Amino acid sequence: MTVLDKNSGIILTEEARKPQDYELEHPKAEHCPGPESENAGKGDACDGCANQTVCESLPKGPDPDIPAIVENLSNIRHKVLVLSGKGGVGKSTFTAMLSWALSADEDIQVGAMDLDVCGPSLPQMLGCVKDIVHESNSGWTPVYVADNLATMSIQFMLPEDDSAVIWRGSKKTSLIKNFLKDVDWDYLDYLIVDTPPGTSDEHISINKYMKDSGIDGALIVTTPQEVALLDVRKEIDFCRKAGIKVLGLVENMSGFVCPNCQGESQIFKPTTGGGAALCEELNIKFLGSVPLDPRIGKCCDEGESFLDSFPDSPASKAVLEVVEALRDAVGDF
Amino acid sequence: MEVSEGVPAQSLSQIKHIILVLSGKGGVGKSSVTTQTALTLCNMGYKVGVLDIDLTGPSLPRMFGLEKKSILQSKDGWLPVSLPVPEGSNGSLSVISLGFLLDDRGNSVVWRGPKKTAMVKQFITDVAWGELDYLIIDTPPGTSDEHISLAEQLRWSKPDGAIIVTTPQNVAVADVKKEINFCKKVEINILGIVENMSGFVCPHCAACTNIFSRGGGERLANQYSVPYLGNIPIDPKFVEMIESQGSSNVPLSDMYQKSSLFKVFQPILRKILDQNCPSRIA
Repeated sequence: MTVLDKNSGIILTEEARKPQDYELEHPKAEHCPGPESENAGKGDACDGCANQTVCESLPKGPDPDIPAIVENLSNIRHKVLVLSGKGGVGKSTFTAMLSWALSADEDIQVGAMDLDVCGPSLPQMLGCVKDIVHESNSGWTPVYVADNLATMSIQFMLPEDDSAVIWRGSKKTSLIKNFLKDVDWDYLDYLIVDTPPGTSDEHISINKYMKDSGIDGALIVTTPQEVALLDVRKEIDFCRKAGIKVLGLVENMSGFVCPNCQGESQIFKPTTGGGAALCEELNIKFLGSVPLDPRIGKCCDEGESFLDSFPDSPASKAVLEVVEALRDAVGDF
Repeated sequence: MEVSEGVPAQSLSQIKHIILVLSGKGGVGKSSVTTQTALTLCNMGYKVGVLDIDLTGPSLPRMFGLEKKSILQSKDGWLPVSLPVPEGSNGSLSVISLGFLLDDRGNSVVWRGPKKTAMVKQFITDVAWGELDYLIIDTPPGTSDEHISLAEQLRWSKPDGAIIVTTPQNVAVADVKKEINFCKKVEINILGIVENMSGFVCPHCAACTNIFSRGGGERLANQYSVPYLGNIPIDPKFVEMIESQGSSNVPLSDMYQKSSLFKVFQPILRKILDQNCPSRIA
């Protein structure tokens, strides 16, 4: 199903090799109405724009694939996005822990979808990095980590572990569409969607394609220092603009207890008050803070559940509290 | 201004060296390493420019204490924002970031690829850097639009190469491997790998804990036969210095010179300078 293009060295899936929805040949002009808009190619800014003909000829109106996506996702009760403007704050770690925690209850079916196309981490954290995705006539079968925990990531389609996926946004968008349209999740209580950092193609696309299926909301992950909060602010701004409900914010890596002397230090110092202050400022719910624990990173590297391995650690307790708060926020009791 | 085949962008014509800071993974410290590289070079008396092409999460204005500054337009192009340097220093430091173009620091830049591509191109071709010894380019995580565009724009500009930043744990190293393969694909020279956040020395008992494990960067360098530049421990004082610079009159480069990380970072930078990359200007 996956092919390594010998000339460019770029990995192509069957779907991604098909023609794109659109590919602008030139940068967008200022005040561009947007190639997807009704006025594409007709606005004032379009006169003289090199893309005018491309834009004008694009299909207008709602994307015909959206009903197919709604149909495919119709058996999923709750859909939660895990977002953060900043990289490396623990989005994937949290997605993995959330998935483990929810699936600890055998009656809850959980799916974890990895939208990070260029830097997929979920398979490693869930301990299924070597698995591959199978295709059947009902679509792509996700990889099952446990009976009730399925996952999907581009990592399962790469010819080598370290293959670089050098894709521009439009290609990532078409893969995301496939993930939503063609993955056979069957019935799920929760679909947790892990995202890359930033506010770009992946984020715009997931919102566009999933909106009609109903997104419960977004869980925002941050670390305490202002450099991270700065980017997280932007992500919350994005959620507001895009109409995604913010379920709450969790502060990761807050405080570190030395295993040698039990002394506590603030490694990523919350000089501006950390996640809690940000929540107050922007009026969103603070779900809790999870301390730094070197064993979390180790468990992620080995693909084990930290919550199962160290159930009594303060970090595990903190995570479980956040999971409970999140379940309350989506109205699942 | 178009970049035509075989000809580097005019705006880069007076720049002696171009160094990229890359990592497949987010939050590993690309911006910290960029900041430290720039400050160290500036302290050595070089003229340094810093370009931030992380469009959706620009951190450099905050790192250099330049938030709320703006970019001015001159007849030669955009004028970068300068950082005050100590009196008597020959060095200079100026920064370009999308952060300077936003009205509010909380505003999000929700752009798809083509728009990002256009912005990267403008950042490469339309900035009036003037004479520089070093241009350091900070990048977002991943191997997508910004990176492809940057590689295209710099194709004829003979950059010295890239500093690859990683943290020690496997999850990060796995993503960084992809970035190394990207560099190979687009023929960007790799100056070496820096392992950031390697170990934390407890301020209470001086015991070192490897929060994100240890040694991943060095193993990676051996595996891909690229130089290993060294490791940087987690130092909360660095974050503190960045955050407190606004309340002090001492220039950041002075504060950095007195910090403990300066001693750690100097040999790392030395290993890059010792590679004696030829100047881009004949």
